[in-house]
Amino acid sequence: MSLLEAERIKLFTTRSPWWCGLLAIALPVGLTALIATQAGGPGSAEFDASATQLLTGLGRSVVMVMAALSITSEYRFGTIRATFQAVPNRTSALLAKTAVTAVPAALIGAVVGFGSWAVFRLIHPDPALALDSAADWRAVAGQPLVFAITAVLSLGVGILIRQTAGAVAVLLVYSLLVEGLVGLIPKIGDDIQHWMPFFAADRFIGVQADAPGLQELPLGPWGYLAYFAAIAVAVLAAGILSAGRRDA
Amino acid sequence: MIEATGLTKHYGRTVAVDNLSFTVGEGRVTGFLGPNGAGKSTTMRMILGLDSPTSGDVRIDGQHYRDLHQPLRTVGALLDAKWVHPNRSARAHLRWLAAATKLPRSRIDQVLDLVGLGAVANKNAGGFSLGMSQRLGIAAALLGDPRVLLFDEPVNGLDPEGILWIRKFMHQLADEGRTVFVSSHLLSEMAQTAQDLVVIGRGKLIYQGTVDEFIANATESTVLVRSPTLEKLGEHLLAAGAGISDDGDALRVSGMDSAAIGELAATRQIVLHELSPQVGSLEQAFIHLTGDTVEYRTEEPALGTTEEGPTA
Repeated sequence: MSLLEAERIKLFTTRSPWWCGLLAIALPVGLTALIATQAGGPGSAEFDASATQLLTGLGRSVVMVMAALSITSEYRFGTIRATFQAVPNRTSALLAKTAVTAVPAALIGAVVGFGSWAVFRLIHPDPALALDSAADWRAVAGQPLVFAITAVLSLGVGILIRQTAGAVAVLLVYSLLVEGLVGLIPKIGDDIQHWMPFFAADRFIGVQADAPGLQELPLGPWGYLAYFAAIAVAVLAAGILSAGRRDA
Repeated sequence: MIEATGLTKHYGRTVAVDNLSFTVGEGRVTGFLGPNGAGKSTTMRMILGLDSPTSGDVRIDGQHYRDLHQPLRTVGALLDAKWVHPNRSARAHLRWLAAATKLPRSRIDQVLDLVGLGAVANKNAGGFSLGMSQRLGIAAALLGDPRVLLFDEPVNGLDPEGILWIRKFMHQLADEGRTVFVSSHLLSEMAQTAQDLVVIGRGKLIYQGTVDEFIANATESTVLVRSPTLEKLGEHLLAAGAGISDDGDALRVSGMDSAAIGELAATRQIVLHELSPQVGSLEQAFIHLTGDTVEYRTEEPALGTTEEGPTA
């Protein structure tokens, strides 16, 4: 418990997590509001609750930066050495940091998920947006899970790379570009894409579930969530293992 | 007490610390001396379990650092005063350290007052001067009231007042029975701060013992004499078995103390203009001992503090 307390103090005594948190909420919710004002003109397609979640990825990207920063800034400023001095068991210290990063990420995810849905419905009241199926609930209430797992994955990458610029570049370029571009590879592109971690996260949320290319997938929504979580845990484990072996 | 046995650290093909064995005793200030790049910081990081030795080990009161329960209660260290998040206040920095070690929050104000940072405790550490950062680092080291204290180059870049403060502080800590291990590449500083010395060069142990012995062993005492009849004096000195060498318009006499030279001059009725004993400096002793081990040297190393760049 003392380790969680120490990490909690660390997280909340600098300003950047607060700004990241604010941005992670304001960006997707604000832009969703803008979309809602333009939604549902004549001839537009039918939509459901998952349509309100299209821009949550923006918040997820900010959470990635926040989670990676929480560890890379410790390497940058040398406080990681003070941490390991106080807590020589590096696995415990890093697991405490993981918990303290994942919980706020989940909270942000909850606000983003329900906030986007609520603001959409407020601006564009439509009975189709009601949360009346398991898929609808998953799309909105599933965000905390996806955000928390994203934070764990990003923290793992941060521990492995140690440099803020490197870790943030890898995470953003990978999640925003690489996964999408992989699909352009002829023949095998789609098969590879079906096993990409953020693709998996989106399938759990059910974003664009009606799209033609997304009908025959190897896993169901919960299977994809488990797969996404497994990758995050593997990356974190690799990070913790490397931190234990390398000189701090 | 700190005991290192056969401590060795390789970085790739570079040998930073080479089979280093030494002990640091309680109730004394022990200086850890060596030119820049000699491996002092690496050794300190290994003591704290931050770097793992390639071979050998180092124990604190018989235990490895990793096995200490709440180690800040046993060992306090200031390795780098800038190891603080610049946007976190001094108090918040100490708060998380205290939380990790389950120390009461009242202890935070105690150590802040002890180092004189009480008034700026809520200011961000990034705005601190080097002297203030050093004080914050010392406050962090003292937080758990540890028996063993490590300081890496604590007076680097400090003003004279700060240096004096740190020096007094170390003595006070040692007088309380603590183990105090302070590194420096400044010999004059160590002569005034430390009672014992561990001297290393290129990662190897060169000397371990008291400061006084170190100076006595490694330096030769000479006497500088000046006289209007220097040649005559020189002859008599040689006849009396002393060694002489020219030093400008004076003679440097070895193997004879100033009293004997004065008496000799009086019996020979030679006028003396100067008779001054030259105590060997720590710098001379240092160069004498580490002359072969300075990693990067100028053509004629005039000082033992040949720069090598930052000690990582």
